[in-house]
Amino acid sequence: MPTYKLISSVTVGSGGAANITFSSIPATFTDLLIKVSARTNRADDSDDLYLTFNGISSGYSTRNLEGGGTTVSSDSFAGIGTKIGRMSQNAANNTANTFGNSEVYIPNYTSSKIKSISIDNVREHNGTYGSLNFIAGLWNYSGQPAITSITFTPNGSFVQYSSAYLYGISNA
Amino acid sequence: MSTLTKIVVNCETGEEQILNLTAEEISDLEASAAAYEVEQAAKIAADQAKAELKASAKTKLMAGLPLTAEEADVLVI
Repeated sequence: MPTYKLISSVTVGSGGAANITFSSIPATFTDLLIKVSARTNRADDSDDLYLTFNGISSGYSTRNLEGGGTTVSSDSFAGIGTKIGRMSQNAANNTANTFGNSEVYIPNYTSSKIKSISIDNVREHNGTYGSLNFIAGLWNYSGQPAITSITFTPNGSFVQYSSAYLYGISNA
Repeated sequence: MSTLTKIVVNCETGEEQILNLTAEEISDLEASAAAYEVEQAAKIAADQAKAELKASAKTKLMAGLPLTAEEADVLVI
């Protein structure tokens, strides 16, 4: 029976943060799961959050399926190759104190093969518009290293009370 | 302007560090954000243009009028 253990968590303080990194991730689990609740100071209706591994900015590919209530779309994005995205999060123009939510699943994060990443993301602000993203990502980097660190970076900066929880999943 | 910082959590020790960004990191962040703004503007413009084409195509179809090639393209999957 799979087990589910909190490895580490972080909540952004009053000074905000440009990015959040989980480093020295133990290799003792089978899969990783990260739950993110975020809002940024970007002066707009939304911001996008990106993911990189081991401090490396290459080898990534992303496909994003997005629903916005009345519209649907599918796209990659300009940063393709350098990071995985685009997890839409709440930003400065949204209702105060509302946050976007992302769930990132990374199976076989220690394998020596290409890594797959699936992301379920929602942004709503108790208003008339929200969006939902399903994101499929791959990390195909030379040498196929195990994932030992994960960094989340928005275009703006995380505001206070944004949080991220990293869990390890074991198959026993 | 306040100093940009990053949070690094060491999963082995549990230590949480709040570090100032380096000049290179700030430069990268600014370049990425600028590219994002350009990309967002292009995406919004493309979505708007597509919506207008679809609306025009629908109006013409219902009125029995010929479509332009661009209007036909947005209707054919």
